[in-house]
Amino acid sequence: MKISIQVNEGPYQHQASDTAYQFAKAAIEKGHEIFRVFFYHDGVNNASRFTLPPQDDRNVINQWAELGIKNADGEPELVVCIAAALRRGMLDESEASKNDINGNNLHPAFRISGLGQLIEAGIKSDRLVVFGD
Amino acid sequence: MATKKFMYLNRRSSFGTIYAIESLEVVLIAAAFEQDVSLAFIDDGVYQIVEGQNADGIGMKNFSKTFHALGDYDINKLYVSAESLEERGLSADDLMPLVYEDEDDDWAEKPSIKVVFNVELSKIMSEQDVCLSF
Repeated sequence: MKISIQVNEGPYQHQASDTAYQFAKAAIEKGHEIFRVFFYHDGVNNASRFTLPPQDDRNVINQWAELGIKNADGEPELVVCIAAALRRGMLDESEASKNDINGNNLHPAFRISGLGQLIEAGIKSDRLVVFGD
Repeated sequence: MATKKFMYLNRRSSFGTIYAIESLEVVLIAAAFEQDVSLAFIDDGVYQIVEGQNADGIGMKNFSKTFHALGDYDINKLYVSAESLEERGLSADDLMPLVYEDEDDDWAEKPSIKVVFNVELSKIMSEQDVCLSF
C-alpha cells in the first residue's frame, strides 16, 4: 500500500512525531511504501539539524532521517511546509540566503516545499494518516 | 489527476492556536487541485464560522472573512455539528451567512452551511477518501 503521513506536532513536547515514526518504520518493514511525510504546524520543528537531545534519549530528527524516505529522483520525501517553517525559523540554505540570514538549520534528509505537496500526497496515496492532537 | 473526496475537519476555535487559520490555508490551496472538498466544524471548531468576529484587541488577523471566498472556489459543503452548536449555546442564526452560486441552477445563491447531527456527520465522514483533522 502507498501511504503518506502528516505530522502536526513538534518533537519531544508531543508524542505525535514518535508515533508517526514508529508507524512509518513498521509500514516499511511490512513492505508498504511511504510516499511522503509532510510536516505542518509545529511539526516543522522535527526537521532541525541543530537538535541535541541528551545522550540517553532518542534523536527524533535523526530517526526520521535514517528512514531514508526518498522519491525515484533521490529527493527527500520528508517535506516541511514552507509557510509554517519560515514563520518558526526553520530555514534551508536557499531560504536563509534569500532573506540575508546567516546559517540554516534544515536537516539535509528533509526539504522545504508548499502545501500543494500535502494535497498531492492525499491524492496519490492509498492512505493519508494524520498524527497530532 | 483522480478526484477524491477530501474533508477538512475543524475542531478548534479561530484563535488560541494556529490550527484554524492553517486549516483554511490548506483548504484554499486544495481548491486548485479540483478535488471534491467539504469542511466539517465540530467541537470548538464551530466558533470559526460565527458571525461578527473581531480580533482587534488581541493583535491577530481576523481571517474569518476568508470563509466568504470559499463559494467562489466551488467549496460549498460546510457541515456544522448540531450538537457542538447546542453545547455552546449557539444556533445556525449565529453563523456567517456563507453562500455559493449554483451553476446548475442559473447561478442561484444558496447557503453553503448545513447543520447536521453527529450521526449524519459520521456517515458523511465515512464516505470520504481523505480526512484532514485540524
